[in-house]
Amino acid sequence: MSTKNKFFISCEEAKHICDKSQYGEATLWEKIKLNVRLSWCHITRGYSSGNNKLTKLIRKSKIEAIEKDKKEEMQRKLQEEMSKY
Amino acid sequence: MPNNQLDPNTWISLYADYLFNYTIVRVKDRETAQDLVQETFFAGLKSMANFKGEASERTWLISILKRKIIDHYRKINSKKGQAEVRINYNSDTESEGDWLEERVADGYEKNAEDQIQNEELGLAIEDCLDKLPEKQATIFKMKTILGYDTETICNELNITASNLWVIIHRARTALSGCLEKNWY
Repeated sequence: MSTKNKFFISCEEAKHICDKSQYGEATLWEKIKLNVRLSWCHITRGYSSGNNKLTKLIRKSKIEAIEKDKKEEMQRKLQEEMSKY
Repeated sequence: MPNNQLDPNTWISLYADYLFNYTIVRVKDRETAQDLVQETFFAGLKSMANFKGEASERTWLISILKRKIIDHYRKINSKKGQAEVRINYNSDTESEGDWLEERVADGYEKNAEDQIQNEELGLAIEDCLDKLPEKQATIFKMKTILGYDTETICNELNITASNLWVIIHRARTALSGCLEKNWY
């Protein structure tokens, strides 16, 4: 792979790295490649800014969810209760 | 006049998280919040005959939940009241003045406005999550809100990591668009 190809990634790959970095799963090398792309591609920049904003909003909201197992248990109990009616 | 219908089979998947978020900011305890949500669904089943179809299913369930939360506070306040009767601040001279410190507000009120805004934001995010296909919403919540790692989700749902990232990407794009319209 040429040096150029190592540094320049597609918009799709950049978005994928951006998604992974929201969860702390992008490697340092991936982040470097993303930053190179961000420096010149306004589409990636737009996506990245919206994505970062979403992460911040979710953290700020302190939104929670019920665990999958617990939901299944709730569903089972509800079905049991429904059978009484 | 709109004529909304009730379908208890879909209540857990459609409304459990929404009701849970509504409750947890009010009771601050996961277990209690989950119990109250479950009780709300039971009470909903019991009073299905009273549903006139004028409100949406979710609004109707929220109105039941509100009563459940009030009942919960009534219950714990009556227990607290009994305990407080036994407190005597003047019994020990060494601790004279301690009560002043104990009675200082805990700063909760200062953040009340922030808390209200965060709650509204949480419910706005839930509204947007409701608009996603069920599988996307489930995977997004597992990854982003419950903080499961990629491998666990893939094993649990029998999907590949690249599947997962495609779904996460679609969910994030849709959520950003939805919040752009309804929140920013």
